[in-house]
Amino acid sequence: MLDAAMVREFTDLLSDNGVITDEVGLRSYECDGLTGFRQVPALVVLPRDAEEVAGAVKLCAKYGMPFVARGAGTGLSGGAMPVADGVVISLQRLRRILEIDVENRRAVLEPGVFNLDISTAAKPHRLYYAPDPSSQQVCTIGGNVAENSGGAHCLKYGFTTNHVLEMEVVLADGSMITLGGPTGEQAGPDLRGLFIGSEGTLGICTKVTVRLLQTPETVRTVLADFPSIEAAGDTVGDIVDAAIIPAAVEMMDSLSMEASEAATGAGLTVDAPAALIIELDGPADEVDAEFEHLTAICERHGATRLHVPTELEERQKVWKGRKAAFAAVGRISPDYIVQDGVVPRTRLAEVLTRIAEMGRDAGLRVANVFHAGDGNLHPLVLYSEAAGEHHAAEQLSTEIAELCVELGGSLSGEHGIGTDKACSMPRMFSADDLAVMHRVRLGFDPDSRCNPGKVFPTPRLCGEKPGPYRPHPLEEAGVIERL
Amino acid sequence: MTTHPTSGPTPDFSSERGEKAAPERADVLGGGFGSFDDHHPPAQELLDDCVHCGFCLPTCPTYALWGEEMDSPRGRIYLMEMAEKGEIPLEGAFTTHIDRCLGCMACVTACPSGVQYDRLLEATRPQIERNVTRSRADRLFREAIFALFPYTRRLRAASLGGALYQKLRPKKMDALMARLPQRLERLVAMESLLPPVRVRDAFARIPARTPAVGPRRGRVGLLTGCVQDVFFHPVNEATVRVLAAEGWDVIAPREQTCCGALGLHAGRESEAIERAKKLIATFERAEVDTIATNVAGCGSSMKEYGELLADDPAWASRAQAFAAKVRDISEVVDETLADPRARRHPLEATVVYHDACHLGHAQKIRSEPRRVLRAIPGVELVELPEAEICCGSAGIYNMLQPEAAGALGKRKADNIRGTGADALVTANPGCLLQIRKYLGGELPMLHPIQLVDASIRGVRPPEMG
Repeated sequence: MLDAAMVREFTDLLSDNGVITDEVGLRSYECDGLTGFRQVPALVVLPRDAEEVAGAVKLCAKYGMPFVARGAGTGLSGGAMPVADGVVISLQRLRRILEIDVENRRAVLEPGVFNLDISTAAKPHRLYYAPDPSSQQVCTIGGNVAENSGGAHCLKYGFTTNHVLEMEVVLADGSMITLGGPTGEQAGPDLRGLFIGSEGTLGICTKVTVRLLQTPETVRTVLADFPSIEAAGDTVGDIVDAAIIPAAVEMMDSLSMEASEAATGAGLTVDAPAALIIELDGPADEVDAEFEHLTAICERHGATRLHVPTELEERQKVWKGRKAAFAAVGRISPDYIVQDGVVPRTRLAEVLTRIAEMGRDAGLRVANVFHAGDGNLHPLVLYSEAAGEHHAAEQLSTEIAELCVELGGSLSGEHGIGTDKACSMPRMFSADDLAVMHRVRLGFDPDSRCNPGKVFPTPRLCGEKPGPYRPHPLEEAGVIERL
Repeated sequence: MTTHPTSGPTPDFSSERGEKAAPERADVLGGGFGSFDDHHPPAQELLDDCVHCGFCLPTCPTYALWGEEMDSPRGRIYLMEMAEKGEIPLEGAFTTHIDRCLGCMACVTACPSGVQYDRLLEATRPQIERNVTRSRADRLFREAIFALFPYTRRLRAASLGGALYQKLRPKKMDALMARLPQRLERLVAMESLLPPVRVRDAFARIPARTPAVGPRRGRVGLLTGCVQDVFFHPVNEATVRVLAAEGWDVIAPREQTCCGALGLHAGRESEAIERAKKLIATFERAEVDTIATNVAGCGSSMKEYGELLADDPAWASRAQAFAAKVRDISEVVDETLADPRARRHPLEATVVYHDACHLGHAQKIRSEPRRVLRAIPGVELVELPEAEICCGSAGIYNMLQPEAAGALGKRKADNIRGTGADALVTANPGCLLQIRKYLGGELPMLHPIQLVDASIRGVRPPEMG
């Protein structure tokens, strides 16, 4: 039962119905984009500005309550899953673009601004924000900072951390600090870099200054079909060896193309075993010369079709086909898990063969969409909850992530560790590595009230893994009900 | 939703469909249809399509306003899922959040997983109407709306009062209205939506038959509508002139009545079914090749008659045949652009086109009206920022949820102002009424067909001097 005095303090602090206490409201916040992990929070608050965020965090400190910051709730690692008896602090009312500084090419944003809206606002000035996660139309810049999000174009332009100059951050005690600086240069340790990708465990970012880039003079894209995954993988290798740095190199397999084509009609060849979407951008002369070289490489590896969209609209359609792929998989499978791992680019073909074998052994289909240029895989494990396949799917998904580590890669490329992969962390890091990470976290948040249970493996979490919701026997008997 | 345990496959009640007059509440918690009754509850397989990715959030008007999960498409589907499992009752929070949905279907456009939120909402709203007891004030207000709007004659009478009222309206009325207590805000909303109407227009009738000019393309039946015919009669006149000029015989059956769209979108299923049957019979007698409408909301519901009457063996195939003939006026005119009969005169104007939700999102008609407008020499079309977000009209929403509708109306008006266009065109009377309220007389507002008509006749469009 919630302390009435505490709820009143939150209600007094937050304007415009900024406190949710009813069961129905609370339950709609029980999970993010990873629905396999759910926890009803004690309270959800919706502050309007940074001061209200700080005020809410202070109240959490006063009452000793853990809290979880939440953007649009699109994360795929359960990073915004609430904590029992904790508070969810939604940043979806901090959505103002505070400034577009054209001369200095930067934008000042509240954390709830949608990623794509930054580029939309900057477009009239021929500027844009480079990191473009596939969910860019809905994921927020605050969430991007928490996860150090990438996207198709991070091959050439880098991740969120390469584009954030300065941040205003509320720490667990409610104090407000500034990390980084408006020019991106900072004396002393790079706390800004430390904060980015900390998945909400160090504090809540309430203001972000990002770098804007000039829209490239020319962009050329090719959609190339290949007779095999290997041929597509080798093509990627040769492109890199030729010292071409494409803005993006994306690979899709036939299963993911089937789903995406059904959803978008982007013009993907559904029966091709693999396709690459390769994009070059920059000065026209340079792009044209490299483009010729690029298509020659594709042809050398037996490309069965080269589709070169000429109009902007056509190009956007191809990208829509790629970016809608995750959600589109909902069309060919009732349920699925999106995995995120990294392998050295040279081991792409090997990892895909192993994944196919593992899928066969588990009796589950796996679709593959990935950032081939930097070896960032997104295997999608398809399953049916109704057919009782959830556990097997979770297990396969975890094994795939751990396979990436085994092959010399990483547990996560851009989706974060969150709840989903905390227990796999010891596969990648030694006990000492993890201990140091934990000490750093305690330096920011001594009581571990900031998004507890995420990133770091804990005995409770990993001893009894909170799998999908299963009704309590008393609930099944109709004695108790779950609200 | 992907991870909720299911209580087994949904039982097939198809043999019982349409036979039960008053469906009974399922009283076993978590069993059968949970909190829904057994008359077409939201289908489990449609609920399962949602993977909770959140791509729908940015285009949802209520999410844009409040940023709350429960007032987003994904959140509402989550609520439906909980109700389907009997975990939450329909009364209270569930009804509140479903009531707040505008039914604009922007989420259907945005969804990469192909979730049919339109069908989910249309299954859910009648459940609320049947099983939730609304407050007396709410009930009376809703009854008043449905006792007025679908009836042309009553609307004419109201417009007479309205025209008189607008002439005699005391200047102090605004101040007076502003001081009314909050529970009357719906009445204030209704009052402020009344468009300026000329009595002559309100009482004018579209001829039952208008012959084609020149060689005939075919016979088009025109839905003259309720609000459209009374408050926007000039739009109907323009529609008839354009159709005839393009070679169509235009049949506007005198006995036609409301298509039932307002009721259907508000969950008044049985009322909508009766209206649909009447209209189908009317247009069958008219023996037309195409049934045209210049109202987005009407077109959207008439195209769904097939599903609406699917359970009724006597009407199912007639409804399908009817629905297959329904076209928005922009579709009809667009098809003639390859071989136009009527010359277009130039019209120098920068025009901003507002996609009515029931045209753009519900019927996926976006390029047709734009092509029709671009075919007018001199017309420059500009696009609207946040075009996918509803203006707040949404059928009767602006009367039922005036606060949210007001915030959306202001937002739309600001975006329209920003384009610097000379005129706003949109194909729905609801949008015209709503936007007019927030844009005042700042710029002319027209139905696209009025621009086409003016161009064919070589005159300045109405209001554009």
